[in-house]
Amino acid sequence: MVLPASVMARLAWRNLWRNYRRTLIMLLAITVGVWAMIFMTALLRGMVDDMVNQGIGALPGHVQVHALAYRDDPSINHSLPAPQKALLDVLNSDQVSAWSSRVKVPTMISSEYENRGVVLLGVDPEGELALGFDASDIIEGRFLSGPDDRGIVIGRKLMQRLETRLGKRVVVMSQSPANTIADRGFRIVGVFRAELEGREEGIVYAGRDVVQAMLGVATSVSEIAVLGHDYRSPEVLASSVRRVVATDVDVSSWRELDPYLSSMTWVMDGFVLVWMVVIFLTLSFGLVNTLMMAVFERVREIGLMRALGMRPAAIVYEVLVESMILLTLGLLAGDLLAISTLIPLEEGIDVSKLSQGLEMMGASSMLYPLLQWQDLLLANTVVIGLGLVAALLPALRAAQYRPVEALRKT
Amino acid sequence: MSAVICTDLCKYYQQGDAVIKGLDHVSLEIEQGAFICLSGPSGSGKTTLLNAIGGLDSLDSGEISIDGERVDLLGKSALADLRLKRIGFVFQAYNLIPVLSALENVEFVMLVQGVSAVERKQRSYNILREVGLEGMEDRRPDQLSGGQQQRVAVARAIVSQPRLVLADEPTANLDSQSMEKLMTLFCELNRMHKITFLIASHDQRVIAWAGRSIGMEDGRVIRDEVQQVC
Repeated sequence: MVLPASVMARLAWRNLWRNYRRTLIMLLAITVGVWAMIFMTALLRGMVDDMVNQGIGALPGHVQVHALAYRDDPSINHSLPAPQKALLDVLNSDQVSAWSSRVKVPTMISSEYENRGVVLLGVDPEGELALGFDASDIIEGRFLSGPDDRGIVIGRKLMQRLETRLGKRVVVMSQSPANTIADRGFRIVGVFRAELEGREEGIVYAGRDVVQAMLGVATSVSEIAVLGHDYRSPEVLASSVRRVVATDVDVSSWRELDPYLSSMTWVMDGFVLVWMVVIFLTLSFGLVNTLMMAVFERVREIGLMRALGMRPAAIVYEVLVESMILLTLGLLAGDLLAISTLIPLEEGIDVSKLSQGLEMMGASSMLYPLLQWQDLLLANTVVIGLGLVAALLPALRAAQYRPVEALRKT
Repeated sequence: MSAVICTDLCKYYQQGDAVIKGLDHVSLEIEQGAFICLSGPSGSGKTTLLNAIGGLDSLDSGEISIDGERVDLLGKSALADLRLKRIGFVFQAYNLIPVLSALENVEFVMLVQGVSAVERKQRSYNILREVGLEGMEDRRPDQLSGGQQQRVAVARAIVSQPRLVLADEPTANLDSQSMEKLMTLFCELNRMHKITFLIASHDQRVIAWAGRSIGMEDGRVIRDEVQQVC
C-alpha cells in the first residue's frame, strides 16, 4: 500500500522545512547551478549561432546549386544555365525565403598601385539583398543598382590594400571559358564593411549581366544560392531542389559546403549536454548529502512508518517525492533567474576586446545570447532525471532499515 | 479461537563472547479479545516477544501464527500488510510523526490503507473524542503533553480496528493520573471492540489491570496466570 501522491507531497513538503536552513542552502545551490547551465548555454548558443550566420552570410544561403565539377574547380568552365521552369517553381515556393543566381569566379583586381586575387561575384543586387546582404554595411557610396550596373563594390580592407578609393577605377581580370583573358575596367561605386576581415578583403560585387558579358557566358551562372527558413534543417530544402535539377548538377546544403561550421553545431549540442551533466554532478553531491542527512535524522520515524504498515517501496517513494519537490523549486527559481538575466542582454554583449580571437572562430564582436526552449527543456530534464537517480541512494538506504532497529535509534 | 499462537520461539543476541537469550523456547496462546500483561524486569524478553509477534523482528527458530497465518514465514511487504491491517502498535516513546497534526497522525494508518477521506476524517475525529482529545486535533506532537501524545498514539493504534494491539511500556512516561486514564481507555476498547491487548510493562499498577498476567525472565515464560480485574 502506498500513500496517495497528495499526502506524500504534504509529508515531503513538511519534512523539507524541518531544517529550513539546510533546505534553503540546497535550493540556492540548485538555483545557481540551473542558472549557470542555462545562462552559459545561451551564451554558447549565441556564439555558435552567430558563427553559423556569419558563415552562411559569407556563402551565402542554406543550399547552393553548382555544376558538378565546380566545387573542385571553381572556374567559369563549370557553369550552369540560368534556372528553368521546374527549378523556378521550387525557388519561388513557400519553402524558399530568397534566392539569387550569380557568376562567381576567381579574378585578379588591380588598382594603379596594387593588385590582389579576389572572388568576383556577378550578382543581381535585389537577390543579394533578399539573401542577407545588409545595405547598411555599405559605408561609402552605394550598392549595385541592378544586374546591369557597370560599377563595382569592394570591401573596406581591400580598398586599403589596393590603395584606392571610391570613384577610382580598377581592372578585373579573369579567364573566359575559351581560356582567354577576360578583363574589364570597373569604377568603384561602393565600399562595404563586414564582420570578418577576410570577407572585406576577398570578395567584390559587380553586376551579373556585366560579368557574364565580360566572360562571354551569355546567361550562364556559377551558382544559385537559396535561403530557406531555418538554417538548422537545410536538408529538406536541398532534397526539393535536387528533385528538379539534372543529374550533373550538384545541390549541397551549407552543412556539406562548410563541414567545419556544421560540425561546430553538432559539437555544440554535445558540449551543452556534457556541460549540464558536469554542473549537475557537482550539485548532486550536495543533493545526496542533504537527503542523506534528512534520512539519518528520521531513521526512527522511518522505522515507525514501517511498523505502522508502510512498505519499503513507499518509503523510497516518499524520499523521492521530497527530492522532487526540492529539485522542482530549485529549477523554477533557476529558470526564472536565467530568463530574467538573459532578457536585458537581448541587445547583445560587446565583446570587441576579444574580437580578434572570436574572428578566428568566425564569430563577430557582438555576442547575442540565444535561449532555446530545447536547451531549457534539456537543463530541466537533466536536473530532474539525474536528481532522482541521485536521490535513489538515500531513498534505498531509508527503505532498508529494519523497523525494530530504526525504532531504537534516538 | 486463539488469536495468536507462539510455538517454541527462540531469539539469541551475540554480545561480545556472550550469547544473550532474548527468547528462550517461549510458547503461548492468546485468545481473541484477551487483555494480557507481559511483565518482568528489563531484559526479560517482553519487548522481543512483542516485536516478534508484530513482525518487527525476526526469530532464530519457532513459529508464530496470527489468525492462522504464519507470521515468521512472511516477507517484508507481506509483514507490512499484516501490521497495517491487523495489528496496532503503542510504543513507550509515543512515536508520533512530528510534522503531522494529532488528527493526521491518527489518519496516517487509514491513509496507507486507502480509506476514503470522508470516512477517515469521521473515524479520526470520533476516536480522538473517545480518547479525550476533542479540540486538539490540529495540534502537532510538540504542542501536546506526554499523556496527550500517548493518547494520540493509542488512537492511531486502534482507529483502524485491528484485531491485536501490542503496547510496549505504554505508561512508562506517564504520571499516575494519565496512566489510570490510559488503562481505563484500554479496558473500554477491549470490552467494546473485542480488541486483543498484549501489554508489556513492569509496572505493578498496570499488571493489576490485566485479565491475564504472563511473567518473563531471561527470555522464558516463568508465570502465566488469569486474574480477576479489568
